[in-house]
Amino acid sequence: MATEQAKQQYKSLVQQHSPPRPIVRNLLASFVVGGLISVLGQFIWIWITRLGFGAKDAYAYTGAVLIGLSALATGFGVYDALAKFGGMGANLPITGFANSIVSPAIEFKREGYVMGVAAKMFTIAGPVIVYGLAASALVALVRWLVIGVGR
Amino acid sequence: MQVVEQAPERLGRYTVRFRTAPRLLGRASVVGPMEGKGPLGQLFDRVTDDDILGQKSWEQAETAYMVDAGRLALENAGLEPKDIDLFVAGDLLNQMVTSNVAAGRLGIPLFGIYSACASFTQGLFMAAAMVDGGYARHVLVATASHHKTAERQYRYPNEFAHQRPPTATWTVTGAGAVIVGPGDGDGPRITSGTIGRVLDLGIKDPYDMGSAMAPAAVDTITRLLSDTGTAPEDYDVILTGDLGELGSKLLYELTAQSGLPVSQQHKDAGVMIYAPEQDAHAGGSGAACVAVVFASWLVPQLAAGQVQRVMVAATGALHSPTLIQQGGSIPSVCHAVTIEGGQDARA
Repeated sequence: MATEQAKQQYKSLVQQHSPPRPIVRNLLASFVVGGLISVLGQFIWIWITRLGFGAKDAYAYTGAVLIGLSALATGFGVYDALAKFGGMGANLPITGFANSIVSPAIEFKREGYVMGVAAKMFTIAGPVIVYGLAASALVALVRWLVIGVGR
Repeated sequence: MQVVEQAPERLGRYTVRFRTAPRLLGRASVVGPMEGKGPLGQLFDRVTDDDILGQKSWEQAETAYMVDAGRLALENAGLEPKDIDLFVAGDLLNQMVTSNVAAGRLGIPLFGIYSACASFTQGLFMAAAMVDGGYARHVLVATASHHKTAERQYRYPNEFAHQRPPTATWTVTGAGAVIVGPGDGDGPRITSGTIGRVLDLGIKDPYDMGSAMAPAAVDTITRLLSDTGTAPEDYDVILTGDLGELGSKLLYELTAQSGLPVSQQHKDAGVMIYAPEQDAHAGGSGAACVAVVFASWLVPQLAAGQVQRVMVAATGALHSPTLIQQGGSIPSVCHAVTIEGGQDARA
């Protein structure tokens, strides 16, 4: 077993030789990619409202269209290339969430529709859903304590 | 009863000299399209058009690579499966499915081995020991890996969108195989080998295997040198498997500190296999990485007498996603063998 001191020494040696992460480039790329996805969403929303839907409905339909486009892009194998360039800019929007569900569904199709697709589909998105729901329940509880129900 | 007269000899604590110096009789490499487009693309025996090979899954494709490499190595040696006493094979997948299924298809008794990406040199060592001890006449050694099987088992689904850091490596798709046989006649010979100790210096980043493995490489390489009383200058090439750019830098730094600097002789198969514009980040990795570079780049040079003595020190990050999720780090190992070319290389 290596001692803690040896581990610390080695860690600093590794840090000294590690290539720097291109943080500025990554930030810019993720700003551009995330921004463009949002602009695309804006255009879709405008288009849907022009079809005669109300603003609130149009938000829901915009999300659905973006999810559909992302699923298609994942299936054609281009969404991962977008994230390779844009990083979190491609991961964070709803399109990234869709990719995180569609990609395991495609990947594990060979293990069958039950133990493959269905069981593995939420391996990445599952935690987001669990903690997202938990957080919303917590926020609702706080709201209830502060202002009560039905207002 | 015939007694083996030339028993193997132990040198130092963990090194063995193979007295009969078993020979490399055949070799083969089969790689995927991305490896074929790399700087060594022309050297490989077969570059496949795609990476699924008409199979139903990536795992089955990986098996097909191993079977193909095994058969090509047999062809190269002028042997048939029935001439082979033992198949020593390794891969990166759970339960070693690739090796198991490939062995079934080849019909040769199997020793399945796991040292991650160091499996190939572990295989060479074991094959040399079996031949040297007289327990086997011909041994087929093969390792395989596949980028897509490794991604889905160790990391994320292949189509999952994420950005890899600069220290990440790219698992080589393909398989390399060699045949080890008795010491009569010409050809490259395995003259000694060192079994590696497992070292863990606390690296936890699965996207930085080079740093996790460098200490194991240093430990085994310097041990082989001191056990055999040789210096880095005595080797034309010291080939590591997949330390990558960062791991290689650490190797230079640490071997220099220990007084046996290897930067002049060192080559890393992972750094060699992809061109920078292929954007594989720190380089190639995987059980096949060192195997295909060894079989198609190094063995021909040994056979042609362009290099006389080489050390192959494949490193393996014994990475387990379960261990990492539980807060553990990445233990690593490196097994090394010395191979000498020419006509009279017997120890």
